[in-house]
Amino acid sequence: MVDSFACSFLATELDARSGIGSVVERLRRMGLPEARAGDVQIALAEAVNNVVEHAYADAAPGDVSIGYSLDAKQLWVSIRDAGLPLPNKNLTTGQPADLSVPLEDLPEGGFGWFLIRELTSDIKYERDNGNNRLSLCFDVSKSCV
Amino acid sequence: MSLTSTMTDSGQIVTVNAERIDAAIAIQFKEDMRSETESGASRVILDLSEVQFIDSSGLGAIVAAMKQLGSNRKLDLAGLSPMVEKVFRLTRMDTVFDLYASLNEATAASKI
Repeated sequence: MVDSFACSFLATELDARSGIGSVVERLRRMGLPEARAGDVQIALAEAVNNVVEHAYADAAPGDVSIGYSLDAKQLWVSIRDAGLPLPNKNLTTGQPADLSVPLEDLPEGGFGWFLIRELTSDIKYERDNGNNRLSLCFDVSKSCV
Repeated sequence: MSLTSTMTDSGQIVTVNAERIDAAIAIQFKEDMRSETESGASRVILDLSEVQFIDSSGLGAIVAAMKQLGSNRKLDLAGLSPMVEKVFRLTRMDTVFDLYASLNEATAASKI
């Protein structure tokens, strides 16, 4: 699991872009396969967007910290923030959006958690001392793409 | 981010001059698409060849842009890079839009 938080940035959309970009770049240099780098970029963007929009929704943007731990089989990435707690329903809601509706009723949002679940092999959430800690696991063993 | 348009026999091509359509620019993108497509062309082809990354906000903004056109007009997507296509595929939005690998293929498949 992740021991330390390597990278910290303010929870705004533009700072998140560059913060996530530099984490993914570091992971690539550590040997993360390119296919996984894309998945991590998407999942991290969704998780951090949630922090920007919801965790710090009521207050001025606080910090987001990202840590990671990569071995031959797995990558764990942890996202820590000091904002509002994560509602439990977000972790447990199952289904993808219903797209069989008429065009004018198509959803324009709510895909974030679905994408995170699709791209990860495990998700853990802890709340501790006023901090949220969301951990995402990605399978990186060579036998899977 | 900017949008540039070319009118052709196959429809209006709107090229996205940006590498990302994400939370930071999704609202701007939706507004810009609204003004860019005011001309009323019945088919709009969104050229995404330069776009390397979209997140769920970007996806939502593209859905919104399609809805803005109304039910008598069509929004097709061309030139999706692998990460962008993956987001469409995972959310099954590839069943809602016609996706073309390149702008050439999109214009060749004229639906007017």
